[in-house]
Amino acid sequence: MTLSPAEFYQRDREWHPPALTTGYKTSVARSPKYSLISLENTVSEITGPRFGHGDIDPLDKDMLHNYAADGQSAIGERIIIHGRVLDENARPVPDTLVEAWQANAGGRYRHKKDMYLAPIDPNFGGCGRTITDADGYYYFRTVKPGAYPWRNWVNSWRPAHIHLSVFGTAFAQRLITQLYFEGDPLIAKCPIVKTLPDPATVEQLTAKLDMNATIPLDTIAYKFDIVLRGRRSTLFENRLEGN
Amino acid sequence: MSDYLKETPSQTAGPFVHIGLAPGAAGFDIYDQELGGDIAGPNAAGERIRVEGLVIDGIGSPVKDVLLEAWQANAAGVYAHPESAGDVEDGFRGFGRVITDFDTGEWAFDTVKPGPVAGRSGSVQAPHINLWIVARGINVGLNTRIYFEDEVAANAADPVINLIEWEKRRATLLAKRSERDGQVVYRFDVCLQGDNETVFFDI
Ligand SMILES: [Fe+3]
Repeated sequence: MTLSPAEFYQRDREWHPPALTTGYKTSVARSPKYSLISLENTVSEITGPRFGHGDIDPLDKDMLHNYAADGQSAIGERIIIHGRVLDENARPVPDTLVEAWQANAGGRYRHKKDMYLAPIDPNFGGCGRTITDADGYYYFRTVKPGAYPWRNWVNSWRPAHIHLSVFGTAFAQRLITQLYFEGDPLIAKCPIVKTLPDPATVEQLTAKLDMNATIPLDTIAYKFDIVLRGRRSTLFENRLEGN
Repeated sequence: MSDYLKETPSQTAGPFVHIGLAPGAAGFDIYDQELGGDIAGPNAAGERIRVEGLVIDGIGSPVKDVLLEAWQANAAGVYAHPESAGDVEDGFRGFGRVITDFDTGEWAFDTVKPGPVAGRSGSVQAPHINLWIVARGINVGLNTRIYFEDEVAANAADPVINLIEWEKRRATLLAKRSERDGQVVYRFDVCLQGDNETVFFDI
């Protein structure tokens, strides 16, 4: 065996949104027109940044409290988002960073560029981060974000959503996506959701109510597994060396 | 086999990506330590450089809500990762995260110039920094590479640059070197679209 590790499966570009999606207007001037140049993996793609518990604080994953004054907590429907980070071979991805950000329960972001009239919650920052355990498991505590209006068409509303950022073990696995909530009627109307090419991909981004993970009399839970690119399981040395 | 899973599909990072990944820039202080602020650390060998530029849209305007991530080897061509042969200096992470200025669209990061790294089949890749770009309106993060215009011989032999059929497009990957106040600065403007559209890779 050489030091050359096995490659990642190619990204299925037909499972992801295309760059140009005219219904989502901002993509029109920001989408490359030429084809992507396809690369076979080298060490530049199969390596990637790693983060450890020295990089983050255990409280970072508790958005109910990570920005709240002592004894206070964020206002809104208290929820847990939990699941596993897996690869396409259905193996857990342990020790990987998951970052989240979202609007507050009223649909307002704590961001100097967000001018929506819903109020800022003084006890809610809107960002969290955690590192998966040995089984690839992660969770966040937070409030359910509110829907908010945005200027695409004049009456466009984002469904409730949480933005998620995941690293995996390789730069080739880097991913940012959005989590939606089961049963939200705004999902089907959203121009950003509609960039997704296949109803199954919308389903994959929809977190499911998980009664078994709720905390009775306290917090509702939603389950959301994240899948990153997987690697070929067999390394054919002669193929890599001789191609 | 039918039990493969499908990769989670991408969605745009949106206009407020800073809240999650660079909250200080969003206007609030929540984490003791933001990630990706120091790529090379104090002990890294090699030439200290600044890399800066704009991200420009198809109209020709700077995009002012971009987040960029850099991933690079050290001056010896080693990545801070167990699957890269060799060791890196204490404190060398190789990972950087920057945003574009809300008013000007300029971004910049300080690092060391990477060395050549191993390619496939015994080849050598010219020094480069891997770059990932997300923003509102970008549905799937864009991958490109920053190469250095003064690495003429290494670039000419680089297997990735040589995959690009059009000579004119290769130039979009070359950062331009200058000096400012005694500091080496490489300029790397990214064009999302248009006559000088940057080469993006499907990695
Ligand atoms: Fe959002």
